[in-house]
Amino acid sequence: MPEFLFGAALFILGTIAVGLVRILYSRQAADCMMAAQLIGTGGVAILLLLAVATDTPPIVDVALMLALLAAFASVAFVGGLQGKASAQAEDHRK
Amino acid sequence: MSSTMDAFTVLAISCGAFFFVAGTIGLLRFPDVPTRLHALTKADNLGLGLVALGLLPQVAGPLAALKLIIVWLFALISGAIVTQLIVRAVR
Amino acid sequence: MAAAFDIGLIVLLVGIGAWMIVVRDVVVATIIFVVFGLLMAIAWVRLSAVDVALTEAAIGSGITGTLLLGAAARLKGADAGGTRLSFPITVVAAVLCAMISASLAAVALLLTYPAPTLAPMAMQNLDQTGLGNPVAAVLFAYRALDTLLEKVVLLLALVGVWSLAPDRAWRGVPSLDTTVPPSDILAFFAQILPPFGIVFAIYMTWTGASNPGGAFQGGTVLAVMWLLVMMAGVMRAPSISNVWLRWLLVAGPALFLIVGFTGVFIADGFLAYPPAYAKALIVAVEAALAVSIAATLGLLAAGPPERMQQK
Repeated sequence: MPEFLFGAALFILGTIAVGLVRILYSRQAADCMMAAQLIGTGGVAILLLLAVATDTPPIVDVALMLALLAAFASVAFVGGLQGKASAQAEDHRK
Repeated sequence: MSSTMDAFTVLAISCGAFFFVAGTIGLLRFPDVPTRLHALTKADNLGLGLVALGLLPQVAGPLAALKLIIVWLFALISGAIVTQLIVRAVR
Repeated sequence: MAAAFDIGLIVLLVGIGAWMIVVRDVVVATIIFVVFGLLMAIAWVRLSAVDVALTEAAIGSGITGTLLLGAAARLKGADAGGTRLSFPITVVAAVLCAMISASLAAVALLLTYPAPTLAPMAMQNLDQTGLGNPVAAVLFAYRALDTLLEKVVLLLALVGVWSLAPDRAWRGVPSLDTTVPPSDILAFFAQILPPFGIVFAIYMTWTGASNPGGAFQGGTVLAVMWLLVMMAGVMRAPSISNVWLRWLLVAGPALFLIVGFTGVFIADGFLAYPPAYAKALIVAVEAALAVSIAATLGLLAAGPPERMQQK
């Protein structure tokens, strides 16, 4: 069973990697904001798989932490980008 | 009994992995930010749910199983809210 | 299969690290840095360092992003990314960086195998502390002085940030609630998440005695929840002259110091615990530290005070 779980974790890591390449390569800030969400679901799935595969229950706590706080990273990104947008708007007005 | 449970685990996690692929394909193929967000949050959250479901028979007890479900619920809440925030930010 | 997963993770980490350096936009680079941190949490898990993974996940997703994006917003006038270095300086910098990388690689490769470790001693004496988590034993029993000074450094960092405040805003409030425009969905989020976050923070602090976790992880989660309600405008940022706030900031280090000096009289010396009460004392210190860390990290990320409190 651990072999299968590691394989599934590797597979999901692959989908995350492809998604990250797509998101980060576009260089558009709006796309980049999705990156934290991508890790928030895919990374959590990987951690859950690792927790069972290596029989280490505390890893579930890491998954819980990531699920709880990844959304906050997105909130901070939105704030950072909008702060930047408003700063640019001010520059244009000057 | 345990082989039935193992088969269930393999089946559910495979389905979950399929939805992660679906989410990534949506991310690659969809034309704009709101549609890509659909692919990202809906498909990936379903994938995570199926992975958590598949792992339920493998953990030590009911409390550990409950924790897996709680992890998924947190991901659902944050997915729903982050989607709204990002869409409003790009509009 | 495990090895294949590890290799895939390393390739992804190196790739994202390289991409982060190549990207010129400060905000996008910051976002990539946060993503890198979240992936590092998975790497720490693979290195069996679950305590570090928890810290990385908490600090990386919550505090680092806010701090760096705040710095990026301040840089907008200076636009540090726009200046191009001359070719010779670029070459010299590249050579120096390559030498640092090469010497780090040499240190890693020349390390004796098995690497020197104190882990068996840490496990041997674990019973005397009453704790079940060897990391907590290192932090609060074997090397308690380091932990105490670390918390004091955190406080000094906050004093440093506050000292950046302009004169007119001294005793004012950090203007965190203006970074994100007010929206009902963010306010909803800031009302629904903190109850869960607070429960999880208490769980983290409590379970730290016997499982991975502890005061720092719990305090960071609390700090992030506090930042969220301040950003969403659900709760106002406090004035930095608030007396309660300042007591919260020093409560943890102060209790740690008091317990430390008590050790001189009831145990073997400074920062020693009587074996019968070791666990109870450590858990009490951890609880107080979690609150202080939450207040310190929250205020650090919120930045210096920028305006006076509106009446």
